[in-house]
Amino acid sequence: MDATPTDTGEALARPAGWRGVAADWSSDQRAFKNVSWGKAMMWIFLLSDTFIFSCFLISYMTVRMSTTVPWPNPSEVFALTIGGTSVPLILIAIMTFVLISSSGTMAMAVNFGYRRDRVKTAALMLMTAAFGATFVGMQAFEWTKLIHEGVRPWENPWGAAQFGAAFFMITGFHGTHVTIGVIFLLVIARKVWRGDFDQEKQGFFTSRKGRYEIVEITGLYWHFVDLVWVFIFALFYLW
Amino acid sequence: MVTVLQARTRGMTLMRMPLTVWGIFTATVMALLAFPALFVGAVMMLLDRLLGTSFFMPSLVEMGQHLQHSGGSPILFQHLFWFFGHPEVYIVALPAFGIVSDLISTHARRNIFGYRMMVWAIVAIGALSFVVWAHHMYVSGMNPYFGFFFATTTLIIAIPTAIKVYNWLLTLWHGDIHLTVPMLFALAFIVTFLNGGLTGLFLGNVVVDVPLSDTMFVVAHFHMVMGVAPIMVIFGGIYHWYPKITGRMLNEALGRFHFWVTFLGAYAVFFPMHYLGLLGMPRRYPEIGETSFVPDSAATLNAFISVAALAVGFAQMVFLFNLIWSLSRGRQAGGNPWNATTLEWQTPETPPGHGNWGKELPVVYRWAYDYSVPGAERDFVPQNQPPARRATWEAAP
Ligand code: HEM
Ligand SMILES: [Cu+2]
Repeated sequence: MDATPTDTGEALARPAGWRGVAADWSSDQRAFKNVSWGKAMMWIFLLSDTFIFSCFLISYMTVRMSTTVPWPNPSEVFALTIGGTSVPLILIAIMTFVLISSSGTMAMAVNFGYRRDRVKTAALMLMTAAFGATFVGMQAFEWTKLIHEGVRPWENPWGAAQFGAAFFMITGFHGTHVTIGVIFLLVIARKVWRGDFDQEKQGFFTSRKGRYEIVEITGLYWHFVDLVWVFIFALFYLW
Repeated sequence: MVTVLQARTRGMTLMRMPLTVWGIFTATVMALLAFPALFVGAVMMLLDRLLGTSFFMPSLVEMGQHLQHSGGSPILFQHLFWFFGHPEVYIVALPAFGIVSDLISTHARRNIFGYRMMVWAIVAIGALSFVVWAHHMYVSGMNPYFGFFFATTTLIIAIPTAIKVYNWLLTLWHGDIHLTVPMLFALAFIVTFLNGGLTGLFLGNVVVDVPLSDTMFVVAHFHMVMGVAPIMVIFGGIYHWYPKITGRMLNEALGRFHFWVTFLGAYAVFFPMHYLGLLGMPRRYPEIGETSFVPDSAATLNAFISVAALAVGFAQMVFLFNLIWSLSRGRQAGGNPWNATTLEWQTPETPPGHGNWGKELPVVYRWAYDYSVPGAERDFVPQNQPPARRATWEAAP
């Protein structure tokens, strides 16, 4: 019997404006039309992760405001001596630049993914991963330098003990996110390169034939991690 | 959460979903947004303990020794914890709200009263519960002006909560109430939840809370509202869905025994705690010793509570026995013993086979509460039954 009844009630005229949005949302099968569950899950994860970083940053700001001992001056702490002069925040500026550039290459990768350009997509993803790895490398350098200068989670030579605590905790969490992103990028880039998404080969993260959606999902994560860095940069280093 | 958003069956619009699903869905959204604060609080506490940081630890003298910590803020921990903690109480409560709505509607053979209002109340409670957390901190030493703000938001939450209680009562009103075991538990839920909700209103006011905070009154409040009430629903839910899961009914006589001992016993345990709290008995003490304000008779009451608790514990053994015994000896249930409308009762097999529906997914034509519809053949119309017009068309050769 192919005449399965599929109508599920009166078809209503589609209302305009907010009512239309509400009607779309509450209609059957899918709240987000044309969005796969994979993408929806990434958005939902990012929403939750936003709350995590917000809690970290708000806690840090509370601690910084309520501590009785003066807070070390970030411009001096995060300065590098180059050719005899001390340049404030120079390393952080370069790190920020690298990470923002990686967002650019990621956006291009997603774009070529839409066009199913296997080689360019994979190459741009690899470039993004390289930028990410550079960022983590520079962060490792910064940690080493500060540790040499005597910064510890429980003390530092210049002021409130919470400085080191908040610094290692927040940059540590962000660096972990970047590292995970790099690994994720490498895994997906390899799959793109091999053409997994063109042959519909079964496996982890393999979607339907000719769909590079996972590239876009990886991109969502990557842009998010970049955005978080902007807030860390503004609230920890510039404040 | 994504299942509810993206993988509903054909015809299952959001406003046709059973309230059980609405409750669980909203609770998962809240969990997603509340657990981050718990996670961050836990990470910072771990760093304080393991690495010697001082996020939460102020300068402290312990056993005559000055600890290595300085300058941390214990109130920050409380904020993080309760930003999670208060939504958490509703993460527990909302699925119970949803389930109990379905139990009441099914076992009173009556459509849920004010379905839309019920849905919006669930959503409103979920949203509001993110802005009331500091009502747990009136006596913490936070900025006293916060108390006013949080008391206001806290009391506002009582409005959607009260709407739900009224709607449950109005569903029962003129209903054909079957006093089955699930219905008994659902009624018990209303009684205990109402009790705990009212004491919540007391505690929500700063001036009333200051003397009551950290007394047994708080213990009474949250056990009524979060301990007993949702557990009543869990039991009700188990008695309701066990036949679908196993194909057999739970034993009714044992179920009634279990219900009465649990319900009355739980009341005997927690009701006297209100009184103890008003006497000023602090919570969290294994033994009070001598005080100027707690009379000796309080000890008698405490002993009574212990006895009642043992009785309730015993009743749970009976329940466990029932679960196991009915697995092989229970009465055969058939596919839909309660004549319920929701999809799980319409599966081709009981217990449902792999994938629940066999080859074809069901199509939904109506909401979940078509009970006692005038003019209908039976007193319930399953969600996947096509409208009459369609049915005649289908029957035509
Ligand atoms: C009208 C609704 C409610 C109001 C106004 C309210 C208010 C309060 C207040 C002010 C406190 C703090 C008492 C103190 O420590 O001094 C409290 C404690 C508590 N409430 Fe409620 N509440 C309500 C509903 C609920 C619900 C529905 C639940 C759970 C399902 C719940 C669970 C708890 C718990 C677990 C505590 C104790 C936390 C602790 O260990 O300190 N409350 N409530
Ligand atoms: Cu609360």
